Amino acid sequence: MKIIIKDLRASINGQAILKGVDLELDSGHVHALMGPNGSGKSTLSNVIFGHPAFEVTGGEVLVDGDNILEMEPNERALLGLFLAFQYPVEVPGVTVGRFLKRAVDIRAGESKTKGFVKELREMMDYLEIDQQFINRYLNEGFSGGEKKRMEILQMLMLKPTFAILDETDSGLDIDALRIVSKGVNKLREGNFGALIITHYQRILNHIRPDYVHIMYQGRVVTSGGGDLVDALEAHGYDWIREQYGIEEENDVQSVSSD
Amino acid sequence: MSNPSAATDSQTVQIEDYKFGFHYPDSSVFKTRKGLDADVVRAISKHKDEPEWMRDFRLRSLEMFQKKPMPNWGGDLSDINFDEIFYYAKPSEKKWKSWEEVPEDIKETFDRIGIPEAERKFLAGVGAQYDSEMVYHNLRENLSEQGVVFSDPETGLRDHPELFKKYFGTVIPYTDNKFAALNSSVWSGGSFVYIPPGVKVDIPLQAYFRINSENFGQFERTLIIADKDSFVHYVEGCTAPIYTTDSLHSAVVEIIALPGSRVRYTTIQNWSSDVYNLVTKRAVAYENATVEWVDGNIGSKRTMKYPSIWLMGEGAHGEVLSIAFAGKGQEQDTGGKAVHAADNTSSVITSKSISKDGGIATYRGHIKVEEGVRNARSHFVCDALILDPESGTNTYPYMDILADDVTIEHEAKVSRISEDQLFYLMSRGMDEAEAAMMIVNGFLEPLVKQLPMEYAVELNRLIELEMEGSVG
Repeated sequence: MKIIIKDLRASINGQAILKGVDLELDSGHVHALMGPNGSGKSTLSNVIFGHPAFEVTGGEVLVDGDNILEMEPNERALLGLFLAFQYPVEVPGVTVGRFLKRAVDIRAGESKTKGFVKELREMMDYLEIDQQFINRYLNEGFSGGEKKRMEILQMLMLKPTFAILDETDSGLDIDALRIVSKGVNKLREGNFGALIITHYQRILNHIRPDYVHIMYQGRVVTSGGGDLVDALEAHGYDWIREQYGIEEENDVQSVSSD
Repeated sequence: MSNPSAATDSQTVQIEDYKFGFHYPDSSVFKTRKGLDADVVRAISKHKDEPEWMRDFRLRSLEMFQKKPMPNWGGDLSDINFDEIFYYAKPSEKKWKSWEEVPEDIKETFDRIGIPEAERKFLAGVGAQYDSEMVYHNLRENLSEQGVVFSDPETGLRDHPELFKKYFGTVIPYTDNKFAALNSSVWSGGSFVYIPPGVKVDIPLQAYFRINSENFGQFERTLIIADKDSFVHYVEGCTAPIYTTDSLHSAVVEIIALPGSRVRYTTIQNWSSDVYNLVTKRAVAYENATVEWVDGNIGSKRTMKYPSIWLMGEGAHGEVLSIAFAGKGQEQDTGGKAVHAADNTSSVITSKSISKDGGIATYRGHIKVEEGVRNARSHFVCDALILDPESGTNTYPYMDILADDVTIEHEAKVSRISEDQLFYLMSRGMDEAEAAMMIVNGFLEPLVKQLPMEYAVELNRLIELEMEGSVG
């Protein structure tokens, strides 16, 4: 799968957040997207998936050549895209088991989900999730780490071609981080690509990215190989700013949640 | 969200929301004229060949009905024209115990509602009412051998006159409210149930109520007496055709739970959208008795119904589970009431409502603890889910606590389906309609899982029909 984002612009409540994002992603590689708070990283993932709160004001998101921006979120999911949420939503009264069975049925077709329960149990073991979570209501009363692991469980069950992980690492302790990374690396064996959105280097020590993209003030300002992480770690975001001659703006501060 | 495109076409299929909207020609064998006066009441009583005391009771009730004002609270009832209603229509001359003998149009009606099938599968007894009269009644033989009585109230009055007279009208007097007075004056059909001491009827008795005639008022009357340490689960289902004019359904249900008994009463009300559903339901629970009302209101134009429990004996327990779905043009004004009149009594009232397409769901709860009562415990929870900005919900909890040694807990919550919830589920492949349905089902889940499986399935199916074509 090839995802080409061209001059993507989007706003929320009339305020521009994405100001012309250009980015190329593909399955077969893991991409990291880094950048300071308010740079538009989470907005980018929401816009790629069609969150109704954001208005797209320009540009394209092409998946294997087709613009997906007019599609409903569920249609985008059926292309093989997956979004691991930064803040997974609670759905009271809907059990994890029932929810996942339905999601997998939609993704794979009901006839092909014969070994569902067995696979679910295996994946839960793999991610060190207690089996009793099958009967818990989706994300309701889960700790932050449990919610993130639940996102990865969904990803493993739905087997996307390309997954976006929106700050999945934030708030995780070292054990949870290891487990989450294990989940991503498991899919890496097949035809799978991912965009890992993060502030921090540490998740990238567990999942080595093939490419790193840096976002700043609503644009991707530079891309490079895995070694860009180290440069960033050594010099900080100020270095990026100076390097690319970016003027500080005040109007985008603390607009979006990242 | 934007218009569904090709992949969601399956959700835009237009189907008739209300599948019980069909009707057959009115083939009543006896029908009173439109409107209500003492002559109409006398005609009904004469036709039923009743004892004098019942005729007099009806006439007293009529006076009370004429005297009492319309309720000045609750749903708007100003469109009801009492002069335009038929108060009694008898569909046939007799009652049957086997479906084969029931006249074709009536049988087909109940076939389409699914009754004969339901009876075979999981019911201990079935009664089916068509307009004013029960046309079919059957009870499993082993139960009648144990002394269980399950008949229409007319038969109850004839065959068990003392038992009937001892309890009839004692829980809900004809003076209670305007619609109880109306029912008391023109009542016809319904159920009379008696469970002897110690007898446990472990599969449900069910009654089906069907309005067929236009401009019709159905006034069934149900009296359930559970003797000491007995158990019964009684279920009622209701449907009606869709007419351009309104129908009126005004029932009275009285339950007497004698010491140690347990009565569960489940309603899945699915009247068509032109029926005013104004029902008085009340139970008395004596020492260590338990009464549970499970009250599902899906259909009707306006419903006003607050199942009540009077906890009269020490250790009595009462529960009301109220589920309301208010769709387009509907007002569901429901809730529950518990009166603690003895020590160590407890009550739980749980209400869940969903409103959409401009529907209004109102919860009214009333907890009363009488003076001097010790250790009364009550818990009520009221959750409302609103599906769109046009719809609304109201919550009116009343408390009337005249004693000190009381524990009352109250929780109320109003939620809306959020954009984020829909987006989350849609990102996993569900279209918008399915995502909304999943959230609604999840909202009802804690209640639905307390229902017997068959009713849970039925309730889910009805709500799915209500939700269909409504989102997107």
